[in-house]
Amino acid sequence: MTKQTTPDILLEGLTIGYGEQAVISGIDAVLPGGKISVILGGSGCGKSTLLKHILKLHPALAGRIVIGGHDLAKLDRRGMHCLRQRMGVLFQDGALLGSLTLGDNVALPLREHTRLSEKDVLERVQAKLGLVGLADFHDYYPNELSGGMRKRAGLARAMVMDPPLLFCDEPTSGLDPVTAAELDQLLLELKRRSDMTLVVVSHDLDSMRTIADHVLVLGEGRVLFQGSLPELEATQDEYLRRFLDRQAADRTTPRLTMPPLDFKVMKRDCSAYLEEE
Amino acid sequence: MLGDTGAMFLFLLESFGRIFRSWGQFRKIIRQIYFIGVKSVSVITLISLFTGMVIGLQMYYALAKFGADGFLGAAVSLSLVRELGPVLTAIMITGRAGSSMTAEIGVMRISEQVDALRVMDINPIGYLVSPKLAASILCFPILTAFFDLVGILGGYLTGVLLLDGNSGVYWYRISAYLKLSDITGGFIKSLVFGVLVCTVCCYMGYYTHMRRDAVGPEGVSQATTAAVVTSCVLILLSDYILTSLLF
Repeated sequence: MTKQTTPDILLEGLTIGYGEQAVISGIDAVLPGGKISVILGGSGCGKSTLLKHILKLHPALAGRIVIGGHDLAKLDRRGMHCLRQRMGVLFQDGALLGSLTLGDNVALPLREHTRLSEKDVLERVQAKLGLVGLADFHDYYPNELSGGMRKRAGLARAMVMDPPLLFCDEPTSGLDPVTAAELDQLLLELKRRSDMTLVVVSHDLDSMRTIADHVLVLGEGRVLFQGSLPELEATQDEYLRRFLDRQAADRTTPRLTMPPLDFKVMKRDCSAYLEEE
Repeated sequence: MLGDTGAMFLFLLESFGRIFRSWGQFRKIIRQIYFIGVKSVSVITLISLFTGMVIGLQMYYALAKFGADGFLGAAVSLSLVRELGPVLTAIMITGRAGSSMTAEIGVMRISEQVDALRVMDINPIGYLVSPKLAASILCFPILTAFFDLVGILGGYLTGVLLLDGNSGVYWYRISAYLKLSDITGGFIKSLVFGVLVCTVCCYMGYYTHMRRDAVGPEGVSQATTAAVVTSCVLILLSDYILTSLLF
């Protein structure tokens, strides 16, 4: 069996956004192959948008995205087919197809892209569902599962083709701490076992500290930092320190300037229920 | 408007081309035939029976005024087979299955399921739209034939059983006046309506996220309403054009 290569992802002078509106402008960055890269940043800074552009779900406004030496903009249809079959993607809420059972969802890429027998497909599906702790939920529909379970099922589907490239959009958001830690361990184990390139979009600092080899911090429409985790931890940049130490911004003016709402403005008088008898 | 029409035409071409891409499509087509065709049978039966009964009733009194009540069978069958069968069947399927096609694809679009298909290298149009198009092409004419048949029976119920018309004359006039070209014309209409309804409904759902008037779940509901209204308008518009060309 030949070993799969673990491609680098290069972003060169990349400007991305929706329509004419740029969200991130002119960034240069490398997400190294065979490592876990975490794209970090505050809410609305463009992390998920960047991921969608790397996946070529949206065209870049300017610049290049190069995966494993291939410029995405210049890749022909066949090349894109091949690249996409080497990618696994976990979307924010799993994005499982609601009309299919969990087993069929995970089996979908295998049924569409391989000549495996149904027995082999089911074996692989069961193994991947077992890996994320959902072996007993093969016949459940996505709406019968919790958000965390859907996310884990989404990860099983992303992994089912054993891709060398795995992208995860906020894998631990909305999960309880134990499940989030288990998911982090699973990602580490995956990287250790199959030497894959993982790109994780997150604003979960605990998760980032557990899994990251390489960190890309986005903010103010640009790259604020890129480098290894120890380098990030040692940074003296004021914004990054505040971000890492979870400190609120210093404010010279008080945040609460409005008086509390006068109950007399309420349409329905509920004062009788709020007063003690 | 013109851009949308062109985009819709390309959308139709791509979905049509992807019907025959793989054997796996057949299972999806069968599922859609069940959804669009089999599950519409009850509502089509009900509507066609009452339509036939009403036409039978109205026509009987109108024809009796001229002493031509013996032509009831011909009047009922011609109006159903040439006009009302294809149009009412298409409008009923638009309401029952077309709206749910838009809603289903629209919800998949806003919940990133369509994006998930794309990154899995599964063409969303081939996966979601082509089976629906194939099923529509098959189901619309069959349901139209069913509508015509039940409608003619409805006309028989009122014209013969309730109003004491002559049973033999009713069936004889149908066989004498209903030509093969009337039947094939009705089928051609239903085929065109099937393609139109499926394309419009799937297109509106697929591009829900591009709507400027509303986003998210409201966008899906607006798209569904727009799909049903547009489909109905197009059915009536194309019906006029087809009638001019065919008969």
